[in-house]
Amino acid sequence: MDILNTLVLLANFVFVPAIAYGSQLALGALGVTLIYGILRFSNFAHGDTMAFGTMVTVLVTWLLQSWGVSLGPLPTALLALPFGIAVTAALVLWTDRVVYKFYRKQKAKPVILVIVSMGVMFVMNGLVRFIIGPDDQRFADGERFIIGAREFKQMTGLDEGLAIKTSQGLTVVTAVLVVAALFWFLNHTRTGKSMRAYSDNEDLALLSGINPERVVAVTWILVAALATVAGVLYGLDKSFKPFTYFQLLLPIFASAIVGGLGSPLGAIAGGFVIAFSEVTITYAWKKAAGYMLPESLAPDGLMQLLAVDYKFAVSFVILVVVLLFKPTGLFKGKSV
Amino acid sequence: MNDTVKTTALFGLVAVLILGTGVMQSWNAALGILNMGLISAIMAMGVNLQWGFAGLFNVGIMGFVGLGGLATVLVSMPPVPAAWAAGGVNIWIALFVGALSLAAVILVRARMAKGNTRAVVTWVLLIAGFTIYRELFDPARDAIEKVNPALEGYLGGLGLPILLAWPVGGLLAAGAAWIIGKTALGLRSDYLAIATLGIAEIIIAIMKNEDWLARGVKNVNGLPRPLPYEIDLQADPNFVERAASFGLDPVTASTLYVKLGYSVLFTIVLLIILFLMQRSLHSPWGRMMRAIRDNEDAARAMGKNVTRRHLQIFILGSAICGLAGAMMTTLDGQLTPGTYQPLRYTFLIWVMVIVGGSGNNLGSVLGGFLIWFLWVQVEPFGRWLMELITMGMEPGNALREHLLASAAHMRLLTMGLVMLVMLRFSPRGLLPEK
Repeated sequence: MDILNTLVLLANFVFVPAIAYGSQLALGALGVTLIYGILRFSNFAHGDTMAFGTMVTVLVTWLLQSWGVSLGPLPTALLALPFGIAVTAALVLWTDRVVYKFYRKQKAKPVILVIVSMGVMFVMNGLVRFIIGPDDQRFADGERFIIGAREFKQMTGLDEGLAIKTSQGLTVVTAVLVVAALFWFLNHTRTGKSMRAYSDNEDLALLSGINPERVVAVTWILVAALATVAGVLYGLDKSFKPFTYFQLLLPIFASAIVGGLGSPLGAIAGGFVIAFSEVTITYAWKKAAGYMLPESLAPDGLMQLLAVDYKFAVSFVILVVVLLFKPTGLFKGKSV
Repeated sequence: MNDTVKTTALFGLVAVLILGTGVMQSWNAALGILNMGLISAIMAMGVNLQWGFAGLFNVGIMGFVGLGGLATVLVSMPPVPAAWAAGGVNIWIALFVGALSLAAVILVRARMAKGNTRAVVTWVLLIAGFTIYRELFDPARDAIEKVNPALEGYLGGLGLPILLAWPVGGLLAAGAAWIIGKTALGLRSDYLAIATLGIAEIIIAIMKNEDWLARGVKNVNGLPRPLPYEIDLQADPNFVERAASFGLDPVTASTLYVKLGYSVLFTIVLLIILFLMQRSLHSPWGRMMRAIRDNEDAARAMGKNVTRRHLQIFILGSAICGLAGAMMTTLDGQLTPGTYQPLRYTFLIWVMVIVGGSGNNLGSVLGGFLIWFLWVQVEPFGRWLMELITMGMEPGNALREHLLASAAHMRLLTMGLVMLVMLRFSPRGLLPEK
């Protein structure tokens, strides 16, 4: 019984949140890694692209809600998501045309593009704050839980409850669908194959008649979609606040680098590595230890390795350790 | 137009802008901009040393600035004897044990042969070290934080003059830079960027959460000052008389006097750093640095130790940022870890360096002043602009209210646009490197 209780306890506080958070990070890291693979720079504006996409989705959600449209148990934001993706795609394509294209033509060094993306970050951040303000916004509606803690206890007769939020279930399902679609696109369509060719060897790809501008445009659209989906899922799960999205940049970059920059598979693995480490290291293990250990050995303290406020430190330390021992990441990424 | 004329004209423009603020708004506001402009200029010079001279991409400026601020508390606040008695010694023993176990791990990894034994020893050392550290640390921390938590609850500082905190802030930042540089400098530029971004977040997180050190988000108020207090000046008959002879009332005169005092102090620091930077830029050392920046492989072939030089310049630049951070906290008179935000303390400094002209010290100084002026003045200007736009709308209109309320967020937008326009049309900045 104790073993079952421990498992349920851990599932409730560690596995379920970490899987949901890991999926969100993986989607974000996929965007970063795609830009790195095709455009060859680290995009500092990615967090704010996520914030922008989410903002558009939130605004459309509010509009739909005011019209009385709803999806029943599912959040209305799902209906608004395509609009968010479309507007974000338009914005990043426009940004590419007026900002990045100039430097691409010049063949500027990657670090110049990184600095340029810092400028874009400022503008997007300002834009989001200007339109929706810097405060917390809630836009989740529909059924809150797939399964509540109390129902679970009644169903199983265990002492510990397991609660799964709709947003968590939705996150995992959406992430699986999006990732499957992305991999299918990259591996089986002509455009996807040309993207991979361009990423592997730009000169050879150009020689074989691949249109670079088309590859870049498709990449930006994919990145806009991934960023918006990741942002909306994160917002449904927690809440939408522009500054939080800016701060997500660090774990997202950590995921992409740990997995190996430029490797989509690595981005997903990295996302889960970072999420699981953050959650397990900042989780207070006292109760779990109480179930598993005999009473005489029960711990006095919380058995929390690090306070929750240090979760950034966790992603950072993992990043450094991976960089020191495996500089190209878990899955061989590129190094420019 | 030759370089001297251009430089003079641009600095003249800065002077006009600041004097204009004095005439149009108030002299207190003008001196406020001048003081923060001086500090921003020093920070920009620190970043310019790293980016302009050596091509190192540091986006962790916020962390170094924060460490400088921490130094002011640690140096200048009076010690709290009760807290020291409660757990002051124990907490340092705990930290020492923690550092010792890390050192042991590093030693083991360097000396022992690769294999399973080494892995086991590493893990045992790590886990045992961490457990002992927490066993010692937790009770000491709790004891310290229980001492008069409303006002103290921390160890306090050394009670030394606050001016001493400025070089100490530089040293603290240099120490942090050494650790980061040792681990991250061998890696690619993007990785250094992410690593510095991360370490800055961690430094601020530590300052926010370790209450025993500097009270965390409860802030440390009332830092000692290198200059007299306004109240004392107003009570001084001599001062009041002198103020009257300038035709000023005592309150305004005392605030201006203190602000001017800071301006003088900051200007002295700025000039010293500028002098040293100019000398080093034109010395063989400066030429070597630029050679490394422009072609690492060639410099390495010439027998230059690129990694060591990078580490050296990374530490120097970060130390300057730490110094500026200590100066800023001294000016504020309080340490508020909750207000450190990367957009303001890291990326804004980058805008200054880019706009001013990377690789040119005078350019960084100019960028520091100009961008800080813009940062302060965009908000009132934005409000004015919004009122102009919304003039036709009736009061109470939802869009009008929203636009007026959002005017404050024009800042970031403007900074981003300024940076992008500069990068596009004048990528070498207002005062390009010669």
